[in-house]
Amino acid sequence: MEFLQPSSLHEALEMKAAHPEAVPIAGGTDVMVEINLDHRRPETVMDVTRVRELAEWATEDGFVRIGAGVTYTRLVDELGDRMPGLAMASRTVGSPQIRNRGTVGGNLGTASPAGDALPPLLAAGATVELASKSGTRRVDVREFFTGPKRNAARKDELITAFLVAPAAGPETFSKVGTRNAMVIAVCSFALALDAARRRVGTGIGSAGPTPLAASDAERFIAGELDWEGRKPPADAAVRRFGELVAAAAKPIDDVRGTAAYRRHALAVMARRSLEWAWHDYRVGWA
Amino acid sequence: MGLARLPGRLGVKIACTVNGVAREAEGVWEGESLLYVLRERFGLYGSKNACEQGECGSCSVFLDGVLACACLVLGGQADGRAIVTVEGLARPQELHPVQQAFLEAGAVQCGFCTPGLVVATHDLLQRVRRPSEAQIREALAGNICRCTGYAKIIDAVNLAAGLVERSPRTRAAGSEFVGKGQ
Repeated sequence: MEFLQPSSLHEALEMKAAHPEAVPIAGGTDVMVEINLDHRRPETVMDVTRVRELAEWATEDGFVRIGAGVTYTRLVDELGDRMPGLAMASRTVGSPQIRNRGTVGGNLGTASPAGDALPPLLAAGATVELASKSGTRRVDVREFFTGPKRNAARKDELITAFLVAPAAGPETFSKVGTRNAMVIAVCSFALALDAARRRVGTGIGSAGPTPLAASDAERFIAGELDWEGRKPPADAAVRRFGELVAAAAKPIDDVRGTAAYRRHALAVMARRSLEWAWHDYRVGWA
Repeated sequence: MGLARLPGRLGVKIACTVNGVAREAEGVWEGESLLYVLRERFGLYGSKNACEQGECGSCSVFLDGVLACACLVLGGQADGRAIVTVEGLARPQELHPVQQAFLEAGAVQCGFCTPGLVVATHDLLQRVRRPSEAQIREALAGNICRCTGYAKIIDAVNLAAGLVERSPRTRAAGSEFVGKGQ
């Protein structure tokens, strides 16, 4: 095994170009598990924790650009007001030990359908920034996941950041599991209301080969909501929203739950999320 | 660029501070965890090796003052960093208030999880002086105990909070290495 330890982004991209096989490691919450349990023996690992550029965040043209190496603990502490849905999801990740080290960049890189940070990124319409020696490009998160644990990054690219517009309405995240902590979601659901553009964003976790957005459900409910008068949506519309979210999932039966249970739970979470978010919109959103 | 390679030998060289003492290890396998380095190379057996996947918290340490599972830190990632293990919390011949509280509350049965819980409790009490039960449960959610059922552990944390509050000198002593290198 070869160990690379770049100290700047420039150096990291040079190394990635020379070693396209290198597996980046930040908090190690995925990569170290695989190495420790001998599930995978990477030829090369690249420690990205010394790349200062990856651990920074800043506002940029109305967006927040968050370095791929910002930990969950920091997201909760520093960005909870701007991205409440992602912060809620971050609080459900593992334990303090895991949140202190784990990063959204790692969640994106692993591209597991169960990555807790991923449904909120879908709901918020985030963009993923990829960089290589030859340049930087930005990919809509809805096009980023190409299959189970596969993503759109090329071998010579590193995930350097993600960009999200600050929340323009209430956001929620919910997750079904056997405990409140240290749990891989049986399924999860994120919702973001965009009151300014009168749009609704969704994200489904652990119920398909990749994290998924429920586009039909989003379009349907955005047209049903009384954005101006803020009256509660009709029961039938809330129910229909739940059904459309469940229909967008592509779950399987596995050790954590059955496909049928996941669909059922998603419909319930979607309905409740909508009611919670709409309540917040009615009582508190300027 | 990368860590220094030893001529004719595989592995990386690590130089770090452990409990305030400069330590070095040579020929460390590139995939080796900090936990392995601490236990097998530095002879610090307080950090326990159980799940090796960050699930149990038995290997909890401070890495540059931040609570982490040593099994999830690559040895090379610890180069140049300051590590505090459970062995570094108390002064010689003296228990840290958190350890004293675990003893007094009967929060120790087989004892395997205890070092990790002591470190995680230490971290919590540095952040929150008088944590609520919900805060305690959340802070210790990553530390698994299969003996106690946790009730005595919660008692111990409450007791520790009182002891730490009453003895700022010991509190400072326990924290003296933590935060170095931040």
